[in-house]
Amino acid sequence: MAGPVLEMRSIVKTFPGVKALSDVTLEVRQGEVHAICGENGAGKSTLMKVLSGVHPHGTYEGEILFEGEVCRFRDIRASEQHGIVIIHQELALVPYLSLAENIFLGNEHARSGLIDWNRTLRHASELLRRVGLADHPETRVADIGVGKQQLVEIAKALSKKVKLLILDEPTAALNDEDSGKLLDLILELKKQGITSIIISHKLNEIRRVADSVTILRDGRTIETLDVKAPETTEDRIISGMVGRDLDHRFPERTPHRAEEGAAPALEIRNWTVLHPIDQQRKVVDDVSVHVRRGEIVGIAGLMGAGRTELAMNVFGRAYGRYAGGTVLKDGREIRTRTVSEAVRHGIAYVTEDRKHYGLNLIDTINRNISLTALGKVARRGIVDEHEERQVAEGYRTSMNIKAPTVFEPVGKLSGGNQQKVVLSKWIFAGPDVLILDEPTRGIDVGAKFEIYTVIDQLAAQGKAVVFISSELPELLGMCDRIYTMAAGRLTGEVPRAEATQEVLMRQMTKDKEVTR
Amino acid sequence: MSTDVTDKSPAAAPPGKGGGAAGTGLLQLVLDGLRRNMRQYGMLLALGLIVAVFAVWTDGDLLLPRNVSNLVLQNSYVLVLAIGMMLVIIAGHIDLSVGSVTAFVGAFAAVLTVEHHVPWPVAVVLCLAAGALAGAAQGFFIAYLGIPSFIVTLAGMLIFRGFTEILLQGQTLGPFPDGLQKIGNGFLPEAGPNTNYHNITLLLGLALIVFVVVQEFRDRGRQQEFSLEVVPRNIFLLKLVAIVAAILVVTMLLASYKGAPIVLLVLGALVVGYGYVMRNSVFGRHIYAIGGNLPAAKLSGVKDKKVTFFVFLNMGALAALAGLAIAARLNAASPKAGLNYELEAIASAFIGGASMSGGVGTVLGAIIGGLVLGVLNNGMNLLSVGTDWQQVIKGFALLAAVGFDVWNKRKSGS
Repeated sequence: MAGPVLEMRSIVKTFPGVKALSDVTLEVRQGEVHAICGENGAGKSTLMKVLSGVHPHGTYEGEILFEGEVCRFRDIRASEQHGIVIIHQELALVPYLSLAENIFLGNEHARSGLIDWNRTLRHASELLRRVGLADHPETRVADIGVGKQQLVEIAKALSKKVKLLILDEPTAALNDEDSGKLLDLILELKKQGITSIIISHKLNEIRRVADSVTILRDGRTIETLDVKAPETTEDRIISGMVGRDLDHRFPERTPHRAEEGAAPALEIRNWTVLHPIDQQRKVVDDVSVHVRRGEIVGIAGLMGAGRTELAMNVFGRAYGRYAGGTVLKDGREIRTRTVSEAVRHGIAYVTEDRKHYGLNLIDTINRNISLTALGKVARRGIVDEHEERQVAEGYRTSMNIKAPTVFEPVGKLSGGNQQKVVLSKWIFAGPDVLILDEPTRGIDVGAKFEIYTVIDQLAAQGKAVVFISSELPELLGMCDRIYTMAAGRLTGEVPRAEATQEVLMRQMTKDKEVTR
Repeated sequence: MSTDVTDKSPAAAPPGKGGGAAGTGLLQLVLDGLRRNMRQYGMLLALGLIVAVFAVWTDGDLLLPRNVSNLVLQNSYVLVLAIGMMLVIIAGHIDLSVGSVTAFVGAFAAVLTVEHHVPWPVAVVLCLAAGALAGAAQGFFIAYLGIPSFIVTLAGMLIFRGFTEILLQGQTLGPFPDGLQKIGNGFLPEAGPNTNYHNITLLLGLALIVFVVVQEFRDRGRQQEFSLEVVPRNIFLLKLVAIVAAILVVTMLLASYKGAPIVLLVLGALVVGYGYVMRNSVFGRHIYAIGGNLPAAKLSGVKDKKVTFFVFLNMGALAALAGLAIAARLNAASPKAGLNYELEAIASAFIGGASMSGGVGTVLGAIIGGLVLGVLNNGMNLLSVGTDWQQVIKGFALLAAVGFDVWNKRKSGS
């Protein structure tokens, strides 16, 4: 067996307020395909950013050895000179340039500033052939599908004389056929001596291409397993990914007793959503869920499972193209084709991306809180500033928003406090149903507990709560019932009593078969 | 990136509660207020400085009653446009067509009143409607068809300039009926005994003072009613005195010449009205919201398209008002009227604190920005600086104002 080509030793990386990596060790052998898996937020992408120089030397602790040499990369360029190339989840291609231009972007075949087109095109077709693409190198990137674009990224990597190829969830946006092609290519490159690291949480993929798998959890290396060994089962990997015990991080809550007979507060039937650009792709496929008053219902799933897409499409078609399905509120069918319609029917959606979709960062706390329900503090179109301020002061106290006054711009608050502002804003709107999308993402433990408490109180007041989260412990700690989604489909529904991390993770990593 | 420690005053005493610390507490409060409105006070200070400098350079001519009156008349239309432009920029857009729309409306007014002898009040209404329609048409393309405002209004700039020339057939058309002329360069009528001052203007000033004082006290009362913190009594009184003094000075200046120009009254009403709308109305809030973060505003149920549409409709109506004022003042409609006014309005808004990315700015800021440009114009005219150098200096003023803004933002690390 070949020796290690890459060693990362005791890597520690902290962001302001968050320890993203605390002691990660990774060893990759020459010529293998090495998978890295772990829950969302386990530190996979951060680790790869450290390796590729996105986080330069000096911003992390620990040591990187590549081909036996200690590496101190200043930037991506430095790591690429050593033959380490990373392909990010979001493709980095310029849509209106040709394949050839994209492949050599920043690395052009040029003589004294002028591009040598003959050499560029010849070399480009050669690289495209190597990745199995027959398209002409002058085709625009925008004119080929996502699957092919992923292959172009690999061709681009090959042009840089890649020795270690890092793929961050390469198949997340691909259909089965394209995924298959991509995985075959990785195996083909392996034969040519190229080492690959593939970040994935699709266990069937890992089994198909990987030689070994390293499991990360909470910024630590848990273990490295030999995929080909008989004792490495999917269950083994799953228990490595989730194996963490639940401590007292959640408020005590009495499980909801569903009142039989009463219609659910919100019921979504057979909902289907198409991708906004690639309209062949169903990002949500025939999903039916419901939530009762006083109930907290979780939706678990990994990246790309379609949870946010479902919620945002139901909430005024804020994402994607609607392709069928009905919404019922208290047993009566309602229309939610615009956000204001949805709000009027008492539905609130608290976004996972508060900075882009939740808050006006340059505006003050009070104005952010009042925005969705300005009518409540206004008479005949004129806002009563004093009443508005009083309302905001009320939330500042009750939600414990840490700010000197409510006139502070929300952009200056910490993540946890910003999240409290978003929640206040939607609670002020007075909804019956709250859809909370990753309400605790990127905030510290203390603030998390406060937010859990608020959610619990909302349910106790008789509101129906849909809780979308990638953190299984918080779903287990908070929810009465948990749905699981994978690749746009509903893959399971688990009552609180039967839910464990292993059960959920198995259904979340299920690919393509529907069980119900 | 700056890694400055944000808390720069570890030694400063905490806001005082006891009697002995009242002085520092007061100062702290004033400083806090200043810091929060740095941009606005900064511009007000700059305006004061420019006024002072030109007053000295022109041996006081700048502040002669006749000149102040002139300054208002000369700049009123840019100020009217600046108000509308501020709304457009806050919403995250731009309007390049306003200069052409003012010219177009002026021409329309001339054709109506001079050629077709339409009574002037009817013509005014028709002209305002025409401007609103021009704005609405552009707003439709921008809001509902999603064409960038820069493109739509660039097209509008060409189209309405063209219509102006078609209407006037390349000629200058005038003179206007008396009633219409009054809008541009008329003054309030005089009444009562001869006091060497303009009585009605004095009365009006007095009424304004009473109104402001009553409003401020009522507002304070309401705040206490909601059991909110209020500014300490002495600061509140200090603020009142300052406001009253400012109104008095301007009133006396105007009253010692021919009285308040009608344009000034219209402008004053617009400033108060629009200031109130932007600060206190749901519509105003929605403008800030779509400019500050469009996706978040949409997800909060703000009807962004409708808001954008009305912002442009409003800009058209204000451009029409400005067009009437210019035409009336020059007593003729000319094909070249309003040339580059869009740029003056845009410059005013940016000097007054608007941000290129939208979501920021106040009506008062636009007025201050417009006055900075206006005083520069007027002062340099008094000093007989050529228009060549005037442009250079105004260019630098714009650059300096926005440069200060960027520097200030970077320093505060947001």
